[in-house]
Amino acid sequence: MEFLSRACAGGAGIDYFLQQLVNGVTLGAIYGLIAIGYTMVYGIIGMINFAHGDIYMIGAFISLVGFLLMSALGITSVPIAIAGVLLFAMIFTAVYGWTVERVAYRPLRGAPRLAPLISAIGVSIVLQNYVQLAQGARVKPLQPMVQGGFTFSPGGEFHVTISILQIMIVLLTLSLMAGFTYLIQKTPLGRAQRATEQDRTMAALLGVDVDRTISATFVIGASLAAVAGLMVTLYYGVIDFYLGFVAGIKAFTAAVLGGIGSLPGAMLGGLLIGLIEAFWSGYCSIAYKDVAVFGVLVLVLIFRPTGLLGRPEVEKV
Amino acid sequence: MTQPVLDVSNLSMRFGGLAAIDNLSFTARGDHITAIIGPNGAGKTTVFNCLTGFYRPTGGSVRVTHDNGKQFQLERMAGFEIARKARVLRTFQNIRLFAGMTALENLLVAQHTELMRASWYSVAGLLGLKPYEKATRTAMERARYWLDRVGLTAQANNPAGSLSYGLQRKLEIARAMCANPVFLCLDEPAAGLNPREDQELVEILLELKREHNIAIILIEHDMGVVMHISDHIVVLDHGACIADGTPAEIRANEKVIKAYLGQDDSEEDG
Amino acid sequence: MARGLSLAALRDAAAAGIVAGLLALPLLGFRLLDSAQGLSLGYRLSWVFYAVIGVFLGRLVLNLIGAKWAARPRSTHHNAAMARFTPSASQSEYIAGWAMIAIAFVLPFLPFVDRNVVDRMTLVLIYVMLGTGLNIVVGLAGLLDLGYVAFYAVGAYSYALLALNFDLSFWICLPLAGIFAAAFGVLLGFPVLRLRGDYLAIVTLGFGEIVRVILINWQSLTGGPNGLVGIPRPSFFGLEFRAGAGGFADVFGLAFSPAQRIYFLYYLILALALITIAFVQRVRSLPIGRAWEALREDEIACRSLGLNPTTIKLSAFALGAAFAGFAGSFFATRQGFISPESFSFIESAIILAIVVLGGMGSQIGIVLAAVLLVGLPEWFRDLQQYRMLAFGGAMVLIMLWRPQGLLSRRTPTAKLAEAGSS
Ligand SMILES: Nc1ncnc2c1ncn2[C@@H]1O[C@H](COP(=O)(O)OP(=O)(O)OP(=O)(O)O)[C@@H](O)[C@H]1O
Ligand SMILES: [Mg+2]
Repeated sequence: MEFLSRACAGGAGIDYFLQQLVNGVTLGAIYGLIAIGYTMVYGIIGMINFAHGDIYMIGAFISLVGFLLMSALGITSVPIAIAGVLLFAMIFTAVYGWTVERVAYRPLRGAPRLAPLISAIGVSIVLQNYVQLAQGARVKPLQPMVQGGFTFSPGGEFHVTISILQIMIVLLTLSLMAGFTYLIQKTPLGRAQRATEQDRTMAALLGVDVDRTISATFVIGASLAAVAGLMVTLYYGVIDFYLGFVAGIKAFTAAVLGGIGSLPGAMLGGLLIGLIEAFWSGYCSIAYKDVAVFGVLVLVLIFRPTGLLGRPEVEKV
Repeated sequence: MTQPVLDVSNLSMRFGGLAAIDNLSFTARGDHITAIIGPNGAGKTTVFNCLTGFYRPTGGSVRVTHDNGKQFQLERMAGFEIARKARVLRTFQNIRLFAGMTALENLLVAQHTELMRASWYSVAGLLGLKPYEKATRTAMERARYWLDRVGLTAQANNPAGSLSYGLQRKLEIARAMCANPVFLCLDEPAAGLNPREDQELVEILLELKREHNIAIILIEHDMGVVMHISDHIVVLDHGACIADGTPAEIRANEKVIKAYLGQDDSEEDG
Repeated sequence: MARGLSLAALRDAAAAGIVAGLLALPLLGFRLLDSAQGLSLGYRLSWVFYAVIGVFLGRLVLNLIGAKWAARPRSTHHNAAMARFTPSASQSEYIAGWAMIAIAFVLPFLPFVDRNVVDRMTLVLIYVMLGTGLNIVVGLAGLLDLGYVAFYAVGAYSYALLALNFDLSFWICLPLAGIFAAAFGVLLGFPVLRLRGDYLAIVTLGFGEIVRVILINWQSLTGGPNGLVGIPRPSFFGLEFRAGAGGFADVFGLAFSPAQRIYFLYYLILALALITIAFVQRVRSLPIGRAWEALREDEIACRSLGLNPTTIKLSAFALGAAFAGFAGSFFATRQGFISPESFSFIESAIILAIVVLGGMGSQIGIVLAAVLLVGLPEWFRDLQQYRMLAFGGAMVLIMLWRPQGLLSRRTPTAKLAEAGSS
């Protein structure tokens, strides 16, 4: 077939390799943040929240509005603007996450397994068309806000550039991850979440407010998706209403690859997907990068049916 | 013609560090009801899982010999082949019926292999050819017989999941019987039954042995049932066999009393 | 009591209004305006106000007139598991089925039915066929397939390529397309069918996307994003639907009208859909069909009874794929033109929604759901963007309204006469 016969070529050399690595890690951080939302929701109520990719898209749009609002308010300092927008986007996107759960999923708890999935697909369609109607179908560009970076050339001819933005994205992701791990492991909310995950009925009987816990999960997932949306807005500089679909599928793939239900797995999966995508685009063909991503997913699942870090499932007979 | 035999030798099953079965050997004869007893977590269900191909044992072997001399090494076979070829069938500790399908359908699914062959992998079935129609009638007859035998005829068209617990247990046995077993492994068939149902179960099992020549291997906690019907008892504790003999021998065995039978009035030990 | 109720209703409505305000503020309250100078911000804060008022009033009315309605979904869910155990489909459903077939046959001759309606119903019937095929996989065998559209695409492209390159007729291409799609299903299914539920879902979703990406990029074979054009239309036993001598109209002494082909296509897909339905109904009560359902209910019990889950799953997957392949080749010949755009994820989602909404296994349910999800929206073609918004919203609402699907009763595949009918 054509795409196989086209030999994987591209620039050689260590510099080129490093550049793809940098790009892949950045992309991976973004996927990882979205993947956490999938993995958490799946862990706690066992459903694929198909609309999560669109929540991320909403996050990107709200961020864009936030940036314009900041400049309208006369805030010129870039760090303050970004911090402000981060807060703005996280809060308002969280409201979307909360509402979706409340309206479209909560009434379906205990319904047949596929009912919430169809509902989620419906929500996804609604959100896409809502944004398209409210903001127009055209891509929305944003002037680069964070510029500059470090360039070095370890191998000679080719330069490796690490932009400040990339550093920021990775650092932000890492700190969110750290905070998040703390949240799950040390706080009462985290405990309630884990209890609900294990046995919802029992948790409720023991006094865990299950509804609140599930809502909180959606709120956290949505705010992390908002961060990812903000970063993608800054990183690529263009967004559109369709952004959520592909990113959502890939982030879900990342969650499955890492082992759905596992938080470190989601990050690892995100990173891997980012790297595969960057390297495949860099060395082989951009057109088939998604094929590569799904190909790796299938391979991993065939050999490790519960993902890389997922607990192997015990079939109690 | 010899009797069918099931030979377990040096069977081991480890889950990580835990040895759920530790070098277990015993023999179950075709004309016997063999009971496996032991405290909770002793590894009884795990033995069944190894026999029926749900777990691949980490060591040892399980051999089934049919009365025509044919032999099967179960540890090398896939689960569905064990049921199909070695004809070792089982029931489950937590009943596993096809809950949304009717009792009758449950019994028809158990005859899948034969019906499938008779329908020429669906071709004859689609065309409604004679051989398939005949096989269907035979299958219905067998289902009818077993429904009648366990007292489920009136509920034949009800979804299995809507039956009472006791009836579900019986339906599961009937389903296994429809698959034409040589060895029938029952995992705690009396659990959750009331005394009257207990009695009915005992009668059914004795009849299976007497009239149908089925070899039964039984896991059971109800000592009344075990002592009454079994010919041979294997006692497990911590995955190892601590006693093996007739009911009378087992009842008198010091080790068994300490580990299991006399559990109520003595402290647990290791 | 009533006062307390209305006060609570008021409070609840106010809360809903506030949430609506928060939702509307960033995305409705501001508008991103593109201009030559770049992006700027427009304000439409009045919209936020309308959203708040609208949601507040709507919620209030709902609360007041439908306190029962709000409580309803929860109470029905406790019976979700038991719902499957309700008595099986009755005589009335049987009669309804035949009535629907009769209506379908005379539809083109009904007074208020014009070409457009027939064309629309042709589309609905394609989805009935697809839904019936996917129902084997999802409804009967319980395998969640989110990439069903891949087989539809394989069928359509196989038909188009065979017809274009080898000049084969529709009646030869149709079975070939089905066989290709089935083979493709086996090929994909073999490595992944041992995955459990949602893992299978994501992998099939991935396959769907892979197929689309390949269709877009394999220019030399598939024509890339532009697709394939000039796909031969089907003929009536060799008679083409064209004007002039030797055409269908000419031979039968009729005046030529483009509508003839539309009517012909309608009856063609009606026949295909009926064959599909009859086939699936028949297969369901064969051993293989019962094995599919048993597999859905409990795979472990299946293995313990000597059923081989892999082959049973593969057969369901392949058969489902084959019907998608047939539907795909009909789609190609009807359009005369295909491109990757017609085979995006949304198609898989719609087909799945038809199956789930229909009640997972109910044939009449599938037909009703196809009319509801495919037929009705076609009437609102002019409303374009609002149509998709409403479509998504309807998917959510219908699920909330009937989580079990429209018709969720199961007909047993065999009955014992002497048992009391339940
Ligand atoms: N798949 C598995 N993975 C890990 N450990 C297992 C697995 N299956 C069984 N075990 C362990 O093996 C031991 C024996 O379990 P088993 O179910 O065989 O006990 P049992 O004798 O049937 O007990 P009971 O009378 O309660 O049914 C237990 O400690 C159990 O936790
Ligand atoms: Mg047990």
